[in-house]
Parts: sequence; structure tokens; C-alpha cells
Amino acid sequence: MDELIVSLSRWQFALTTIYHFFFVPLTLGLSVLVAIMETQYVKTGDLIYKNMTKFWGKLFVINFAMGVVTGLVQEFQFGMNWSEYSRYVGDIFGAPLAIEALLAFFLESTFLGIWIFGWDKLSKKMHLISIWLVAFGSSVSAFWILVANSFMQAPMGFVEENGRLVMNDFWALVTNPNVWVQFPHTIFSGFTTGAMFVIGISGYHLYKNQNNEFFTKSFRLASLFGILSILLVILIGHSQGQQMIKTQPMKMASAEALWNSEDPASFSLISIVNEKEKKDIFSFRIPRILSLLSYNQFSGKVEGINQLQDYYAEKYGSGNYIPPISVTYWAFRAMVGSGFLIFFIIALILFFVLRNKDIFKFSWSRFIPFAITLPYIANSSGWILTEMGRQPWVVFGYLKTADAVTPNLTVGMILTSLIGFGLVYTGLMVADIYLLAKFSKGPIFQEEAEESEISYWESEI
Amino acid sequence: MTLNTIWFLLIAVLFIGYFILEGFDFGVGILLPFVGKNDTERRMMINTIGPHWDGNEVWLITAGGAMFAAFPQWYATLFSGFYLVLFLMLIALIIRGVAFEFRSKDENPKWRTFWDWVIFIGSFIPAFLWGVALTNFIRGVPIDANFHFIGNFWNLISGYSLIGGLVSLTGFTLQGAIFLSLKLEEQFAIRINKIARKLWIPNIIAVFLFAIETYFLTDILDRLGVNPGFVPIAAVLSLLTVGWLVYQNYNGWAFFINCLAILFSTTTIFMILYPRVLVSSIDKNLSLTIINSASSPYTLKVMSIIALIFLPFVLGYQIWAYWVFRKRITSNKESLHY
Ligand code: HDD
Ligand code: HEM
Ligand code: HEM
Repeated sequence: MDELIVSLSRWQFALTTIYHFFFVPLTLGLSVLVAIMETQYVKTGDLIYKNMTKFWGKLFVINFAMGVVTGLVQEFQFGMNWSEYSRYVGDIFGAPLAIEALLAFFLESTFLGIWIFGWDKLSKKMHLISIWLVAFGSSVSAFWILVANSFMQAPMGFVEENGRLVMNDFWALVTNPNVWVQFPHTIFSGFTTGAMFVIGISGYHLYKNQNNEFFTKSFRLASLFGILSILLVILIGHSQGQQMIKTQPMKMASAEALWNSEDPASFSLISIVNEKEKKDIFSFRIPRILSLLSYNQFSGKVEGINQLQDYYAEKYGSGNYIPPISVTYWAFRAMVGSGFLIFFIIALILFFVLRNKDIFKFSWSRFIPFAITLPYIANSSGWILTEMGRQPWVVFGYLKTADAVTPNLTVGMILTSLIGFGLVYTGLMVADIYLLAKFSKGPIFQEEAEESEISYWESEI
Repeated sequence: MTLNTIWFLLIAVLFIGYFILEGFDFGVGILLPFVGKNDTERRMMINTIGPHWDGNEVWLITAGGAMFAAFPQWYATLFSGFYLVLFLMLIALIIRGVAFEFRSKDENPKWRTFWDWVIFIGSFIPAFLWGVALTNFIRGVPIDANFHFIGNFWNLISGYSLIGGLVSLTGFTLQGAIFLSLKLEEQFAIRINKIARKLWIPNIIAVFLFAIETYFLTDILDRLGVNPGFVPIAAVLSLLTVGWLVYQNYNGWAFFINCLAILFSTTTIFMILYPRVLVSSIDKNLSLTIINSASSPYTLKVMSIIALIFLPFVLGYQIWAYWVFRKRITSNKESLHY
């Protein structure tokens, strides 16, 4: 029975969080892109930038609303399903959550309201500042929630007292090396998501109607923004791997399906494993590359699953310390694979854009919009790797997930909420996609005319 | 004053701010399908709160975060104990939030009517449940020696807590009506004022019933945290004044005094509670208090410094946002964003 309660709570947490994180990255990236567009408008006075701001801004706002309401659930879930967790680490973990609300959520929500409704009530400058504050607020919010998450990955700045963890160094929490790789990786993956979104939708229109200045400008801006972002994502991802080797070697071993320690260590290109019997069914590995990734040199020992299991069993008492291997293994590959694909796609696009060549005369360019899915795949699989790879711990080395769950819940209660959230979220997803599709069909406006304003909030576009 | 007391106060302030601000959001949402006669009127109503509802909701999020940081045991016991109530409330807040955003983005009248009712339900449920929840704070819930809630959903539902729910429901609806009478163009505002006059009566009845039940059912008399003194009286007096002001059509003053009424009544609840944060109905000594549920002094100190620095900014720009949108909403469709 208890097992079931833990599993259901985990399912609920995973589903609601992944759902929340479906909207978060686009908010992070698109807010900055829209802010750049409006900056161009204020600087040049060119109405096409105003139209761009309004068009992409509208899609941004629809997405933002979904981010807000799904975030609400997150804020209370720790108390609802993970009360023992909340008691055990609340002294530390609550702080970044409260700070996030105070510093970031107020800023984002207030200034987004001002931005949406303030077009004719504020000076151009003030209006521009509002959208920059929204973008800034989103990034601040990401920072503080990742401070909280990094504490779970690599706990710091506390002592254990009377069976709870108690903060004794706030600064250590904020300067946790984990957060300084996790935060930029997440932020720039958000930027990548925003860029790919604009590239994809613009590409769809440009393929159908090649000389559209509006979408050409959006397309170029997003490609430049995108290439910088994805490069940073990949570079920082590499540092993250090195951080992981230090703090959670088991996660790396499992993401690489590395059964036994190796020096120099090999990188798995493809492995199909039998998790129960702890062996490969099929595996193709490239020698030395995992050492290279881990230490920037062609040698160096990377610990394997079996050795780590023995080590942890000795340190923390008997038990299973191996996370679900195939899930982490494939999540890692999905993320990294999408990452490189995104890089090649944007690089290819830039190759044409920078030489002023038209990419849309090739018929394969019609597939560009499908690339919008790639960052979404990478984002979700990145989090699945991060969170599942940490199992069985919820706070690494201190609290196991199975001990974190609320004791007084019943299966019926969790099923009620799980099904309830599931149904409501599915319904919202349908409505959201309907609206996004409707509004990404594009504005109808006379390109050159003086009053060429798209009708923004009126829906009969 | 100890840091524990300061954080208790701060959380009380966050809840007061939340009830005052989101109070009128809820009220507008509840009145929407009944008062708005056609699509334009409904859009006008939604646009009165359009720029503000999310900022108002963050008061609740911050209150939740502050409870987690300052009193983790309170956060853990309350939200796990009130699991299904909170679940209902969250669902309501979710559907309501997207409804504002989605409603006017499609012309189809069926689509719009559908989301209008979603806004109604999403506002009605939390407006009612907040009263239920607060009543249970002071009435007490079954909490054992490990701070675990050992009851079930039905422990939270009683005649008393239902009346508590009616108090908040009618109070927020009234608050919404008065707000609308300030924010809508003249003709529409006059109509709303007439409605506010009617809404005032059930509110005052609910409050009286609630006061009587509180007297008999809670332990306030033998176990007062701080003597609430004039505060509950001030709450009732403000409410009576609001009635008079609404009848005189002094809507600005009515709004101000109704905010005071919410302030005084929420303050009363928190005064009855202090120094406890959640009363145990099993044994008074098992109640969660600002001492036994609190974070370490170090955490409280860090959080106090941060709150002290940033709270003034937040208040500043939120007030500024209300100033920017101080004009009445007109039926000019160009100016309606939602
Ligand atoms: C890396 C970024 C990131 C991550 C990991 C999370 N969030 Fe989030 N969250 C945001 C980035 C963000 C955001 C970009 O700031 C959002 C998305 C859209 C928005 O409105 O703000 C947001 C919205 C948002 C809101 C609504 C704010 C409002 O009303 O304006 C809440 C309460 C939370 N989140 C809480 C959480 C919690 C408790 C999380 C942990 C489980 C979490 N989020 C994960
Ligand atoms: C600061 C942010 C986050 C915190 C504090 C956090 C915390 C937690 C907690 C308490 C659990 C429950 C234990 C468990 O079920 O294993 C969990 C699980 C999980 N989280 Fe996170 N999480 C955060 C962000 C995210 C995000 C953004 C995602 C991805 C979208 C995510 C994905 C998951 C997944 C997939 C699980 C389930 C793991 C499993 O079932 O084994 N998390 N996380
Ligand atoms: C291509 C090379 C990439 C590498 C080497 C890489 C590396 C990593 C690693 C090692 C982690 C786990 C960190 C941990 O658990 O401690 C991670 C997590 C994550 N990745 Fe990537 N990544 C890459 C690409 C991407 C892309 C393209 C995206 C999205 C657009 C992305 C989004 C994420 C997210 C959202 C997480 C979870 C949050 C976090 O732990 O930082 N990654 N990445």
C-alpha cells in the first residue's frame, strides 16, 4: 500500500512538473525575443517591429498564462504530497521558494499586466521597460527555483539538528557550484526554445509565402539568437557532466550504462541493457571518450554502477542505489541528440541567411517547423535525467524519496487529484494548442501602410 | 518582538492583502454571468481586473512561500491535511486564470459563454473555500503529537465552517460589486451599485451568524492569544458603514471601508489564533505554534533581511500599476484587451 502511495505521488509530481516545464522555457526565451523586437521598434520607429512585438507578444501571453496556472500547483505540492520532505528540509528549501515569489513572481505578473494593457497608457520607453522587466523577472525566477533544486542535487550550507536539516550558510546555498551550471544551462535552453519556436513558425510562413518581410526579419533575428543560445547550452552541458561526475557519479554511470569502473572510460553510442541481470544485451562503445568528456583528457577513471552500488551500500546501509538505467540512459541521449540536431539546423539556416540566400526555395525547408519539437524533447528529457538519475534520493545522500511522502494520504485521495489534474490539464492543452495554432496563422495587415497595425486583441484576425 | 512573531505578522499581512485584492477579483468573476448582459459588458467587467488578477494571486503564492520558509511544519501539516480542499481550490484557480486569457480570443459565442462560466466557477469555489479553511484554523483540526493531520476531508466540513464559507463568499462578492461600481463607466456603475445594496444584506447576516458560532464553538474565551479588543467591533462597524455608504452611492468610500472590513475581520482571526498557527482539536497542547513549527533563527533572520529590502519595491510598483489603470473602463471595444 505504501509503495503505491509513493508511486502515485511520484507520478503526480512528475506529470505536473513536466507539464509546468512545457511552458516555462518558452516564457524564458520568447520574453527576451519580444523585448528585443520592441527595443528595435523604440529605437527605429519602424512599424514592422511594432507588429512583430504584437504578433509574437500575443503568442507569448497565451503561453505565459499556462505557465502561471501550472506553477500554482507546484508551489503547494511539496506540502500536499511531500510533507515529510517539507518538514525535513523546509528550513533550507522554503527560503528560495519564498524569495522567488517575492523577487520574481510579483515583478513578472505586475509588469506583464502593465505591458498587455498599457500600450496606450504609457510612454514608449516605459512600455519597453515593462517587457524587459518581465523577461528579467522570469530569469530571476528560474535562478531561485534552481537554487532550491540544486540543494536537492548537491546539498550545501546546512547542519543536521534534531532529525532535520537546518540552514547555517545562506551564501553557500546561493553559490552552490551546481546552480551555476544548472542555471545557465536551463536559461539558455529556454532561449533556444524561444528561438526555435520563432524560427519554426516563421519558416512555415516563409515556405508558403517567400517574400514576407515580417517573417524574414523574425526568422533572422531568431536564428542569430538561437545559434548563440544553443552553443552555450552545449558548452555548459559539458561542464554539467563534469559537475555530475563529482557530486552524483551514479547518475553519470547510469546515464552511460557503465556497469564497471573504467580507466580510460568508454562512451556508449548505443546500449541495450537488461536491468535485472545487470548486463548489456547489446552495446557499442567508443573508447576513451567518456574520460574526455569527464576530465577534458583521454584518461581518468569513471566509476561504474556495480562499484558505486557497493560503495553506497557500505556508506548508507544496504539498499538499492541504482536509478532506472534505461530511462536515464535514453533521456540523456534524447537531450544530447536533440541538442546537436538543433545546432545543425540553426547553423544550416544561418549559412543561408548570412549570405542572403533563400533557403525556402528548397523543398526540404518545409520540414523546418517540425524542429519546434526538438527543444521540448530536450527540456523534458533533461529534467527526467536530472530527477530520475538522483533516485532513490530526493535530497542526495540525506533523504530518500520513499521517506519523503505524506503519511496520512490515502490511495483514493491521490487518485482523485492525479485524475483531476490529468483531466483538467488535458483539456487546457487542447484549448491552448487550438489558440496557438489560430494565432500563429499570422497577422493580416497592409505591409507598408502607415497605420499598418495588426488588430491585436480582437480575435477576428 | 521576536522574529517568530514578525513572521506570523507578515504572513497575516500577506493573507490580508490577498483577501482584499483577490477578493474583488473573485467578486467580479462571480458576478460576471449574472450582471454582464451582453458580450461587451462582460468584456468590460473582465477588463477591470485584467491587468491585476495575476499580481493579486502572487500574494497567495508569496504567503505560501513565506509559510514554507518561516514555519515549515505549518506548511506541511496544513497543506497535507487540507489536501482535497486545496486540490479543489487549485483546480478552480487554474481554470479561472486561463479563462481570463482565453475567453475573448475566439469570436464563437459558445466558446465565450463556456469560459464565462468557467470564470464563475473558478471564482466561486475559492471564495467559498477560503472561509471554510480559515474557520478550521481557529476551530481546530485533528493533529497528533507528530504534527500529523489524522482526520479526513469530512473533519473540515461542519455547519460552522460552512457559515465561514458563506462569510467569505458574500464578502468577496460585495467587494467585487463595489470595485466594479468604481471601475465601470457611469451607467453601468449605477446598475452595479444597486446590486451592491442587495449583496450587503446576506453578508451582514452571515457575519452575525459566524460571530455567534465563534463565541460558542471555539476556545477564544478561555484561551485568547492576544485580546482582540476593538478589532472585531471595528470589523462589524465598518461593515455596517459600508451598507450605509453603498446606499448613499459613495462608492469610493464604500470600497475603502470594505477593505478595512476585510482587514479587521482577517486580523481578528489571526489574533484569535496567535501564538498558534493551527489548533489541534485532539488536545490543545498539540497545537502548532509559532515556536514549535518555526524554522531556525538563522533562516528567519536571513528571510527578514530579504523581505525588508524587497517588500517596499513590490508595494511601490503594485500601487503604481493600479494608478496607471485608474480610469473607468468604457464600452469602446478598441480599448478592451481581454
Ligand atoms: C527554470 C525555470 C523554472 C522552473 C524549474 C520552475 N519554474 Fe515555475 N515558473 C517559471 C520558471 C520555472 C517562470 C518562467 O518564471 C514562470 C513560467 C511562466 C510564468 O508565468 O512564470 C513560472 C511560473 C510559476 C508560478 C506562477 C507565478 C505567477 O503567478 O506569476 C509558480 C507559483 C511557480 N512557477 C512555482 C514553481 C515551483 C514551486 C517549481 C518547482 C517545482 C517551479 N515553478 C519550477
Ligand atoms: C526546483 C525545481 C524542482 C524541484 C524542487 C523538484 C523536486 C522534486 C521532488 C520533491 C520530486 C519527488 C521525488 C520523486 O518523485 O522522485 C521530484 C521528482 C521529479 N521531478 Fe523534480 N523538481 C524540480 C524541478 C523539476 C522540473 C522542472 C522537472 C521537469 C519538468 C522535474 C521533473 C521531475 C520528475 C520527472 C520527477 C519524477 C522522478 C521519479 O518519479 O522518479 N523536476 N522532483
Ligand atoms: C547537447 C549537449 C547537451 C549536454 C552535454 C547536456 C548536458 C546535461 C547534463 C549533464 C544534465 C544533467 C545535470 C544534472 O543532473 O546534474 C542536463 C540537464 C538538463 N538539460 Fe541538457 N545538455 C545538452 C543539451 C540540452 C538541450 C539542447 C536542452 C534544451 C533545449 C537541454 C536542457 C536541459 C534541461 C532543462 C536539464 C535539466 C535541468 C538541469 O539539471 O540543468 N540540454 N543537461
